[in-house]
Amino acid sequence: MSITIKANIPEGPLAEKWNNYKAKAKLVSPNNRKKLDVIMVGTGLAGASAAASLGEMGYNVKSFCFQDSARRAHSVAAQGGVNAAKNYKNDGDSVYRMFHDTLKGGDFRSREANTYRLAECSASLIDQAVAQGVPFGREYGGYLRNRSFGGVQVSRTFYARGQTGQQLLLGSYQALLRQQNAGKVKLYTRHEMLDLVMVDGKARGIIARNLDTGEIERHSAHAVVLATGGFGKIYYLSTLAMGCNASAIWRAHKKGAYMANPSWTQIHPTSLPQSGEHQSKLTLMSESLRNDGRIWVPNDPKETRLPGDIPEEDRDYYLERKYPAFGNLAPRDIASRAAKEQIDLGKGVGALKNAVYLDFSRAIKEYGQEVIAERYGNLFTMYKKITGIDAYTEPMKISPAAHFSMGGLWVDYDLQTSLPGLFAIGEANFSDHGANRLGANSLLQACVDGYFILPYTLQNYLADEIRVPKIDVNHKAFEETEQKVRQQLEGFLKSKGNKTAEEFHKELGKELYDKCGLLRTKAGLQKAIENIQNLRKEFTENLLVPGDIEEVNSELEKAGRVSDYMELAELMCIDALRREESCGAHFRAEHQTEEGEAKRDDENYCYSAAWEWTGNPSSPVLNKEPLVFETVKPTVRSYK
Amino acid sequence: MALTGLFLSFFLIIHLAGNLQLLLPADEAQLQYNSYSRLLGGNIFVKLVAYVLYASIILHTIDAIYLGIKSKRANGASYSRDKRGRASKWYARNMMALGIIIFVFLVIHFKDFWYSYKFGELPLDINGNKDLYTLVVVAFQELWYVILYVIAIVALGYHLLHGVFSAHRTLGLYHPLYSKIIKVLGIIFAVVMTFGYILIPVYIYLTHEL
Amino acid sequence: MKIHLKIWRQKDRQTKGAFKDYTLEDVSKDMSFLEMLDTLNIKLIKSGERPVEFDHDCREGICGQCGVMINGIAHGPLKHTTTCQLHMRSFEDGDTIYVEPFKAAAFPIVRDLKVNRSSLDHIIASGGYVSVDTGQAPEANSIPVTHEQAEAAFDAAACIGCGACVASCKNSSAALFTSAKISQLAQLPQGDKETSKRVVKMVYQMEEEGFGHCSFTEACQVECPEDISVLNIARMNYEYNKARLLKK
Repeated sequence: MSITIKANIPEGPLAEKWNNYKAKAKLVSPNNRKKLDVIMVGTGLAGASAAASLGEMGYNVKSFCFQDSARRAHSVAAQGGVNAAKNYKNDGDSVYRMFHDTLKGGDFRSREANTYRLAECSASLIDQAVAQGVPFGREYGGYLRNRSFGGVQVSRTFYARGQTGQQLLLGSYQALLRQQNAGKVKLYTRHEMLDLVMVDGKARGIIARNLDTGEIERHSAHAVVLATGGFGKIYYLSTLAMGCNASAIWRAHKKGAYMANPSWTQIHPTSLPQSGEHQSKLTLMSESLRNDGRIWVPNDPKETRLPGDIPEEDRDYYLERKYPAFGNLAPRDIASRAAKEQIDLGKGVGALKNAVYLDFSRAIKEYGQEVIAERYGNLFTMYKKITGIDAYTEPMKISPAAHFSMGGLWVDYDLQTSLPGLFAIGEANFSDHGANRLGANSLLQACVDGYFILPYTLQNYLADEIRVPKIDVNHKAFEETEQKVRQQLEGFLKSKGNKTAEEFHKELGKELYDKCGLLRTKAGLQKAIENIQNLRKEFTENLLVPGDIEEVNSELEKAGRVSDYMELAELMCIDALRREESCGAHFRAEHQTEEGEAKRDDENYCYSAAWEWTGNPSSPVLNKEPLVFETVKPTVRSYK
Repeated sequence: MALTGLFLSFFLIIHLAGNLQLLLPADEAQLQYNSYSRLLGGNIFVKLVAYVLYASIILHTIDAIYLGIKSKRANGASYSRDKRGRASKWYARNMMALGIIIFVFLVIHFKDFWYSYKFGELPLDINGNKDLYTLVVVAFQELWYVILYVIAIVALGYHLLHGVFSAHRTLGLYHPLYSKIIKVLGIIFAVVMTFGYILIPVYIYLTHEL
Repeated sequence: MKIHLKIWRQKDRQTKGAFKDYTLEDVSKDMSFLEMLDTLNIKLIKSGERPVEFDHDCREGICGQCGVMINGIAHGPLKHTTTCQLHMRSFEDGDTIYVEPFKAAAFPIVRDLKVNRSSLDHIIASGGYVSVDTGQAPEANSIPVTHEQAEAAFDAAACIGCGACVASCKNSSAALFTSAKISQLAQLPQGDKETSKRVVKMVYQMEEEGFGHCSFTEACQVECPEDISVLNIARMNYEYNKARLLKK
């Protein structure tokens, strides 16, 4: 039964909502906090910052990650920067402007109040990070430096060379370890959450597998927070880390949490192209390169000259031509689609003709190689390591790659999922970016959720839990959930087919990239659904996993993740199929303007799709959260 | 380690300066060297410094043994294939081996000269000083002894080449420019000490025919 | 191209390990080293053997999770490059490649090429942070940090925590890792207030974890993926000596 859901947005004008919320939110007194346990899954920017902040407040936090150290979470790989409405550049920035840019960037498919809150809290994040010792870029006088980023006309991006994610993550990782040292956080590294435990309708714990010993463990708490990041890895070839997965949120979804807009995946325009079949991932080159790099393809599809030998008149700087106002800094979805368009016209470059040029010759001429090296030195070095090419003398070759999940667990204004006591923060939730995320907003969202929002909203929830004693892991709900987890793992091992999880993953990824990637059609999606169902069937019968449960077993870990991807992939296609409009990253060929731009249908699709699990992956229920725009009137998103 | 090492390095300068007197014409050298040795033996300040010197040698050795054990314990299992050497200088990795050579040499050196001078019966020169000079000159007539000496000094040279600069790092000299200066000075120091100390036995061997 | 592999196989910490030989026929020059291992693993799984366990995650040289000894060198022949960023074009057809885990008493082996590097986390936990709670931060521009200071701090902060410095050190010292954090925070006004406390705690923890001492062979910097400077170690020593001498 489909229902219309509400997001519990506080009363008042947009700019007052968060203050109103904080003024009225329930509190837990310091001496009661130590009686309350919180499980935090994931130690990326969202998870680490939230766990550290909650620890500082006095809660007992159990923090889990599958990596061997909390510092390895994939936030570490974010390169470009983090946005904040500080207006240090005096160029007309403000909270409202940033909110509007983000909303527009998301093609008016995000929740107004959440997006506003994101912009509102952005300034505090920079303060916090600086206080932690994050070495942001500085002007010579000692003040913070900014640069501009895709989709905006002001300079509001703070950055630490090309390793902003790493530096921000180390800041929150250190804050996390500080709490570990203080005894307020207990860290469980190399632990993977395999299921959520619901006791009397509330999220009360998780079942996790110790990846070093294979032991299956029960952990209980008064509330569970998922900060497990995105699932772009479902496309197999993506910019994500090998271990990134949807398992935690998907298993929560199967326990009843709604999954929102799962098909909205950002395809990043500046990744390195695929070079062969063996490839396991695509490396991202920061979007910040587009500040100084110019994107072009040869006019002639049959062009054979080296890029340096192609004269200006035979080049097509297609972004500058099509979007003069934003040029090379057009938002990601638009830049990716434009690249795909050129590649599909046969104008792609490189051996597989699957890339476009990103050219720095003009910037080098203008500022000198030294300045460019200081701005992007590590990216140029990385490019050389991977491709063997020196980008100071020859343009880079880039191509679009799956990157960020705008979709995720549905959450209300409190970041609480549809299951009481289960919260989702950072990329794991869906709320702030709409149908397309602006560059340098993901680090921001992860941090803001973790440092400044969850500590208030979770406390609001926990205020009613102070009388609940420690949750007993011998409760039958734990027993049953653990049993199910065991059965699933045994099932993988028993299958004894002849295809590895990785091979299934590659096939699934290709299917999804072709039919539910940059360009989607009704027929394609229907076909994809059929193919995925078949592949899923084959997966249950023909999977090959070596080894045992009670030992180190990477293949068993992969099998679990791919098994979840098999179900999620179908939901993504269903979601994309059901949304008969184009918006942001979701581009349906049937719904475009004459110039080939996305055509939204605000009348019928101005909602977030919150899918409900029914037990059958092929027949989920669509619940709708209508998007109400009180302050901004959705317009046609134009970057011309 | 650093402090004792630097003190020992400093001592090397004084010791070399004194011993360079051996290079004077034979008659002059004999009298001057013997009276210098006596002067050193009798001065209370020099005596104090000598005790610091003995202590430094012992502490430096004990510290080396302690660090050797610590390193072994920290390494755990060893690599079956180990090419880590490409990233550093051989002498920096083998300070312990170089140190052992130097230590063995010191034992011989102390026994032959220091012990004989302090506790042995030595003939007196015309000034009535113990004739250490002749003892030294006679010793360096033996080719094998000179070779042993040279090997030990070369080991010492490499030990210094790494040791002097490393000691400054241990003490905390982190400024890039000064660190570079110390590195260069350390090299000059090691080279000068090596050649200075080698010069004496070789010169004596070549110039004194018995 | 054809590649012969000698890979260290060890079931767990207690069991004795040994090299095992494998041969891969169709290795492409464009493959990364880890993709080559992926290929081997698929082959092993299909032939009923246990795949080689190795650590990896981001595969773009920043997470620090990968890291093995390749032909006796941490992260392999290229300097300042993680294992995941090493490509097979660095090898020749017919080469024999030895692959071993990082070995140090403070890095116990989990299985095959996987080791436990939690000891590095413990060092950070002992004091590698600025003691600031969420909410306490002042306005960001109220703490000016010169461009040079910020850049120097960044140079130290770039450490990815892979442990290659320890693996490359003849004494298995974690001095480079520890000093990078100390030095980063000591160079920033926000972090400098706690320097003396921090350095004493972190150096103590480094000893507790069973790492060796630093004898300045400088091998760590040469093999460090981020080229972290050994001068940081000198700085750590300076701060440590100062803290000890001025102790009240």
